[in-house]
Amino acid sequence: MSVPRQLEFFVDPSRCIGCQSCVQACSECDTHKGESMIHLEYVDRGQSVQTVPMVCMHCEQPTCAEVCPADAIKRTGDGVVQSARKPRCIACGNCVMACPFGVPELYIDRQIMMKCDMCYDRTSVGKKPMCATVCPSQALFFGTRAEIDALRPQSTPTNRFRFGSQTITTRVNVMVPRSKSPPLMLDVTAAMDERPENRNVRLNVVGNSPSTIEPMLDPFAEVEV
Amino acid sequence: MTTALLAVLIVAGSRNLAHFDAALVGYTFATLFATFGITYRYAMWLERPPTRMYWRRGWQFFLSPRELPRNLVTATKRAVVEFAGNRFIFRRGVLRGLTHWLIMWGCLVAAAITFPLVWGWIHFETVPGDIESYRTFVFGVAGGEFPVDSFMAFVIFHGLVWASFLVIAGVMLAFRRRMIDHGAAAVQQFGEDILPLILLLAISVTGLMLTVSYTWMKGYAYSFLAILHALTVIFTLLWLPFGKLFHVFQRPAQLGVSFYKEAAARGEQAHCRRCDAPYAGAVMVRDLVTVERELGFRYELEGRAEHYQQICPRCRRAMFGLAQASLWTGHTASSED
Ligand code: HEM
Ligand code: SF4
Ligand code: SF4
Repeated sequence: MSVPRQLEFFVDPSRCIGCQSCVQACSECDTHKGESMIHLEYVDRGQSVQTVPMVCMHCEQPTCAEVCPADAIKRTGDGVVQSARKPRCIACGNCVMACPFGVPELYIDRQIMMKCDMCYDRTSVGKKPMCATVCPSQALFFGTRAEIDALRPQSTPTNRFRFGSQTITTRVNVMVPRSKSPPLMLDVTAAMDERPENRNVRLNVVGNSPSTIEPMLDPFAEVEV
Repeated sequence: MTTALLAVLIVAGSRNLAHFDAALVGYTFATLFATFGITYRYAMWLERPPTRMYWRRGWQFFLSPRELPRNLVTATKRAVVEFAGNRFIFRRGVLRGLTHWLIMWGCLVAAAITFPLVWGWIHFETVPGDIESYRTFVFGVAGGEFPVDSFMAFVIFHGLVWASFLVIAGVMLAFRRRMIDHGAAAVQQFGEDILPLILLLAISVTGLMLTVSYTWMKGYAYSFLAILHALTVIFTLLWLPFGKLFHVFQRPAQLGVSFYKEAAARGEQAHCRRCDAPYAGAVMVRDLVTVERELGFRYELEGRAEHYQQICPRCRRAMFGLAQASLWTGHTASSED
């Protein structure tokens, strides 16, 4: 069994609303029962509600596998980087520290590393991964290129990432603006000093003149305390 | 070299092959080949940069003079609890723990009985003048004596039967899990996961059939069964270095790694260059940078950090989100190729 070539994972973190559905769904996956492998990360919790759902990107040359002293991580022919082979992993944590996307997790009590394996029990029979099945904003989308092209006229997938001098190519795609052609390479380390945008919730229901906005400043002004 | 050593020991242990059982010559050569194969595979494995690094560090921290006494105690404790008792596998699931414990001890008992016999290190002789007693010879030196029809004799001569029962029970449990567990079923591969179970089962079943044949069936088809049993064992021995069962030899690394990690945890901690939180032992981060360079990765950075390894996993995930979001808000966390 293997994941059909035409089925791909498309991630768009900017659509994520932080609802935790994927986290719950992930823990129901049969290959790592009861444990959620997806990281739903707050980018800067004190400042912003921005969240990132982080799944394994399934690198073509997986750093996690290469730094594993036990040779426990294997990539199958369909491009999926499998979780650690159970008799081999010695729970050293190298993969956890080395993964450029911060994906693997270590379970010291059981002496095993587990990570997102794209719900191999599901995707290898043509189903969507658990997280993509439940994501209400479709920040996590699993399907064909034709489907994503039709759904997202403004964006286009890329699977190349830059970390300093290192370029990493992955099986999983991230959506980037379509206007910028040729297809972009996402420079992750360039965002070192980036801060989340404060989301400016303006419904434009009222006019822009300061006098009308003024009373709106404290939405709870009329609430008795 | 290990193979030569084993060959020498076989000759010495069997008193110049005097007590070497010629019927077992096939087994002997298979064990010699397996020894060679396992040593070779182990050496290849140690060639990998991360393995070499961890091997060196494991021993270095284990043998550090100040810690050695305590490490010896910890190592013994872990060998008993984690290795002999399989505690960490029981934590993955009680049935999984039991499965492995049965297979492991079945194989260990069987190996402890057969290898010394095959290599002529142990043999039994009737005590001169007392055909009702056996005398054990270890490396050609006389050991204890016991009566032929004692409980002791029953236990010892049927040791392989008990071992087979353990293995068969364990293998059945393993097959059960592989059939009803969707997760295991999705990722298992025939050569890697099913074949070892079939081999262990084949060895145990053909072995038991031998016993049945000579105990109750007057040796019916004994020589055919003996050949069949020999083939399963020899094939398994030859396959040992390549397949899943290699973990038996590789697994002690688990101990080495634990000493390395504990030493790293006691030492200086690396603080993330982005959020300043401690996230790993500084020595582990430095070693990983070395290993990544040896492997040809180029995670070198400029600015806040010299290497991407100095950024904690949490910040890596945050940066991934920020980099993608910035494309939409017009910042420039992207590069054209
Ligand atoms: C003679 C010794 C041993 C034999 C014959 C043996 C055999 C096996 C077999 C057949 C499996 C696969 C079970 C399955 O298909 O589900 C397995 C798994 C495993 N073995 Fe061993 N083993 C031995 C020793 C050890 C030792 C000493 C350790 C480490 C302390 C170890 C650690 C493991 C682990 C962690 C797994 C994965 C178990 C799981 O997560 O379900 N083995 N072993
Ligand atoms: S994203 Fe991380 S865990 Fe997944 S394959 Fe790449 S290096 Fe390994
Ligand atoms: S934790 Fe396990 S899978 Fe990860 S690098 Fe260490 S041995 Fe390999």
